[in-house]
Amino acid sequence: MSKFAKKKDGDIPAVSTASLPDIVFMLLFFFMTVTVMKDSSLKVENVLPNASEVKKLEKKDRVIYIYVGKPTREYEKVFGKEPKIQLNDKFASPSEVGDYILMERAKKAQELQNVLTTALKVDKNANMGLISDIKLELRKVNALKVNYTTYEGDAFNNLQ
Amino acid sequence: MARRAGAPEVNAGSMADIAFLLLIFFLVTTTIETDAGLDRMLPPMEPPTEEPPIIKQKNIFTVNINRNGQLLVEEEILPIDKLREKAKAFLDNGGAAQGSPDYCNYCKGARSAESSDNPVKAIISLKNDRETKYSTYITVQNELVGAYNELRNREAQRLFGRDYVDMEAQYLNPETSDTVKEELKEKVTRIQGLFPQKLSEAETSTD
Repeated sequence: MSKFAKKKDGDIPAVSTASLPDIVFMLLFFFMTVTVMKDSSLKVENVLPNASEVKKLEKKDRVIYIYVGKPTREYEKVFGKEPKIQLNDKFASPSEVGDYILMERAKKAQELQNVLTTALKVDKNANMGLISDIKLELRKVNALKVNYTTYEGDAFNNLQ
Repeated sequence: MARRAGAPEVNAGSMADIAFLLLIFFLVTTTIETDAGLDRMLPPMEPPTEEPPIIKQKNIFTVNINRNGQLLVEEEILPIDKLREKAKAFLDNGGAAQGSPDYCNYCKGARSAESSDNPVKAIISLKNDRETKYSTYITVQNELVGAYNELRNREAQRLFGRDYVDMEAQYLNPETSDTVKEELKEKVTRIQGLFPQKLSEAETSTD
């Protein structure tokens, strides 16, 4: 009996939490692999319209993004309130779209260069005039596959 | 008091809290987004020398959006929620007479001589103003694509017992195996051939 009596001097042994760091790292790695980092911060308002007949843009590596919208409040003073085009990190005029597409296309792998899609992320309050200019530029550089990125939802919500 | 040898165990009880903190932080900040949207093909720049092909007026379905977001469809003002039905009626009309080369044997429309001959010939022409709001434009696009999709679904159900939209989504999904893809490709192209998406966009008007 003395064997058991000896142990009585300590409190309840603490639960070993040595494996918790592993769990933390596991979670960290999981989220690190899953997260898609935005490569450009948005400088324009970008509330997309809704549409119901959408197709998913599956392969991220063959997509070129173009953002259009009203400059956000911090840029409003410099760039005004009219909708603007954002390419990468800076505002651009419609005439620069063609060059941008060619540049982005050159960056992609050879075999992807013919299957690129241009995703137009356009704020719902933008006017079609600007979009038409972009479309014309895209046609000039033969980037004909376009995806009007939208949220999934009822398209009639746009009209309110 | 004699101290035990060795360093005392570090209390790691709060590690769980840290784990949860990280977990919640990442849960809040991540958006595992797959972008979705309306796929469209722009027309290639036409060579300036080429004459535009002559198309019969009855095979063209004109949609005009003005700056206030009102629709003029085939010279009539139309509320936007009626557009899908109207576009479907036009595409599915199949007006060509039986026996003529354009006769459409799968159409279930009114077969009016005033409207399109055959879905293969039918063209929807969309025109918008520079001041048109993008959201209105997307709604119209959505309705027109919806009209095509509904007709394609109908044919796909008849031929393969399955929705076209379903098949296409599976075909485009990168996780689908190659053999399934091959099989789907044939079906998808067949349906696309029955109702080819001919949506032409005119240059925007400036006034």
